[in-house]
Amino acid sequence: MQIKLDGIVKKFDDVIAVNNFSMIFEEGTLTALLGPSGCGKSTMLNMLSGILPVTEGTIYFDDEDVTNLPPQKRGVGLVFQNYALYPHMSVLDNICFPLEIQKVPKNERIEKAKEMARLVKIEQYLDRKPKELSGGQQQRVAIARALIKNPRLLLLDEPLSNLDARLRLEMREEIRRIQQETKVTTIFVTHDQEEAMSISDKIVLMRDGFLKQVDKPQRLYDEPNNLFVANFLGNPPINNLVGKIKDGRFVLSDDSASIRVDIKQAKEGEKIVLGIRAESVALNDQDPDFTAVIKERYTMGKEELAILKVGSGELRVYLSSDFSHKAGDTAGFKLKSKGVFLFDQDTEDRVDE
Amino acid sequence: MNKTKNMSGRFNRSWEPFLYLLPFFIGILVFTLYPVINVVLISFKEGYRLLTGAYTAIGFENYSKVLSDPYFINGIKNTAVYIITVVPISTMISLLFANLLNQKIKGIAIFHTAYFLPLVTSATAIGLVWKLMFNGQIGVINFLLGIFGIGPFEWIIDPNMNIYTLIIFGIWNMLPFTTILLLSGLQNIDPLYYTAARVDGASSIKMFFRITVPLLAPTIGLTCVVNTISASKVYGELFPLFNGRPGIASNLYTVVYYIYDQFYLKWNLGKAAAASIILFLIIFVFTMAQLQIQKRWKYY
Repeated sequence: MQIKLDGIVKKFDDVIAVNNFSMIFEEGTLTALLGPSGCGKSTMLNMLSGILPVTEGTIYFDDEDVTNLPPQKRGVGLVFQNYALYPHMSVLDNICFPLEIQKVPKNERIEKAKEMARLVKIEQYLDRKPKELSGGQQQRVAIARALIKNPRLLLLDEPLSNLDARLRLEMREEIRRIQQETKVTTIFVTHDQEEAMSISDKIVLMRDGFLKQVDKPQRLYDEPNNLFVANFLGNPPINNLVGKIKDGRFVLSDDSASIRVDIKQAKEGEKIVLGIRAESVALNDQDPDFTAVIKERYTMGKEELAILKVGSGELRVYLSSDFSHKAGDTAGFKLKSKGVFLFDQDTEDRVDE
Repeated sequence: MNKTKNMSGRFNRSWEPFLYLLPFFIGILVFTLYPVINVVLISFKEGYRLLTGAYTAIGFENYSKVLSDPYFINGIKNTAVYIITVVPISTMISLLFANLLNQKIKGIAIFHTAYFLPLVTSATAIGLVWKLMFNGQIGVINFLLGIFGIGPFEWIIDPNMNIYTLIIFGIWNMLPFTTILLLSGLQNIDPLYYTAARVDGASSIKMFFRITVPLLAPTIGLTCVVNTISASKVYGELFPLFNGRPGIASNLYTVVYYIYDQFYLKWNLGKAAAASIILFLIIFVFTMAQLQIQKRWKYY
């Protein structure tokens, strides 16, 4: 099912949690709502499920206007952050509960529940109580319970944040697998960029209630529209140098160093934030874009993390480890074409496109 | 020097707490432990005199006397009827009230206060007000029932009505405390369960019976145990309602009223003690049975 959001606004008293949010979620895709705490992503999810009413705007499920439909009439499956499994019911009863409400005959719903249990791989735990399961297994039960009523839309609220690191890796692949097997349109909320990057078809990046950018994970990383998006994605985080364009070069604010960059649309004298991804710098003494002092080197196997001093600025970059420079040496460096961005200091928008 | 300091420090550490506990412990010893042991002893002493402490023999005579006393049998019967009506009915009404008080509506604090006020009001004052309400001619209860064409009843004057009067009063008396316990139990239930059920389309009634009641079962069990114990000791309620008599025709003996009667009014210390021990054993067995049942309710 395709979901269309048209000018969604959500106000809590005077606070605007979601501001003029419009976009389309394609049928059968897995979309991540990504953003820092308080950016409105969970609010957005709750409006999609119908738990929260919208203040303004319209929500369409395919061509149907569901803006004023209560949750139970929207046909959504919801997985809560802490799963909200009923502690007094067995796993089987938990999964069956949505069908029990719909008064589906007992045999039929047990049949269906077992099918769901097979899908999420918990069929051997059907008699257990939720407390007797690990976090990952509880998560699987919660997904099975959300899927049993054949929802048009599956919503997951921070599905992995209650799991330890190893389980998180396992479960995010499981969520991807289950989504692809069932082909159900899925939207999940997360504040973890790695989680969003690794499994989603598209990422919706939000900040302060505004939609900042929607795109495929790799494109979002390669072509951020603004400084926030560039800063939010990537580990280690992107390097930011503050300065201006002078004589076709980027010059640090205090004039302590300059870097040759392809300025494209950036205007002479414009105040700029230069974003350089850690992997976008290479040693090149023959034709350097800038020179820097190698302040420190950390060996990390096939590559090295180096801290470079460029005038008053500092860059953390990955370099291939076959170089002879020692800490304290000065060397020439070249910027790669990928992963170097110019942003306007005031608007934070990209200016080099 | 150093060593003696250490020694005294160790002394302080090990004995000081006991010194603090001592006054309280003496209190327990004198006012609780000694009387309890004494009651057990007296219950076996035949022909016991309080002032001289003299007795004729040791044996089970008091017990056989009590168990064959029609007043005691009547007391057991009335107390049992009282328990099996008052405890379940008051629990059910409290569950309803607790649910209503758990709603997020404006001015709920007023209702909280109103429902819990009886807890801090003198039982005798409340009893006198109820006596007035139960009055056959001018009582508000008959007036209200009259609206529906029921009654009028002689709640106080008709001896056969007295047990109902006591039960109604008992149910009302038990509501605030039970409601507080159940309300605190309700507030411990994660509201997310209801959100989850609501998204799946569950009705309020469905949620009440499939989520609230099972999750509240441990608390309901606790209130049942506590209320059964307190209901089995019913006797204070009789005084304001029936001028200090166990029912207007003395037909409404309860076990504790019987003990009171034997001790203060008839000076049969042995019988009073024996009846106390019998009541204790009954309550004990009851409570153990309830705790066993409760264990099966546990879901975690």
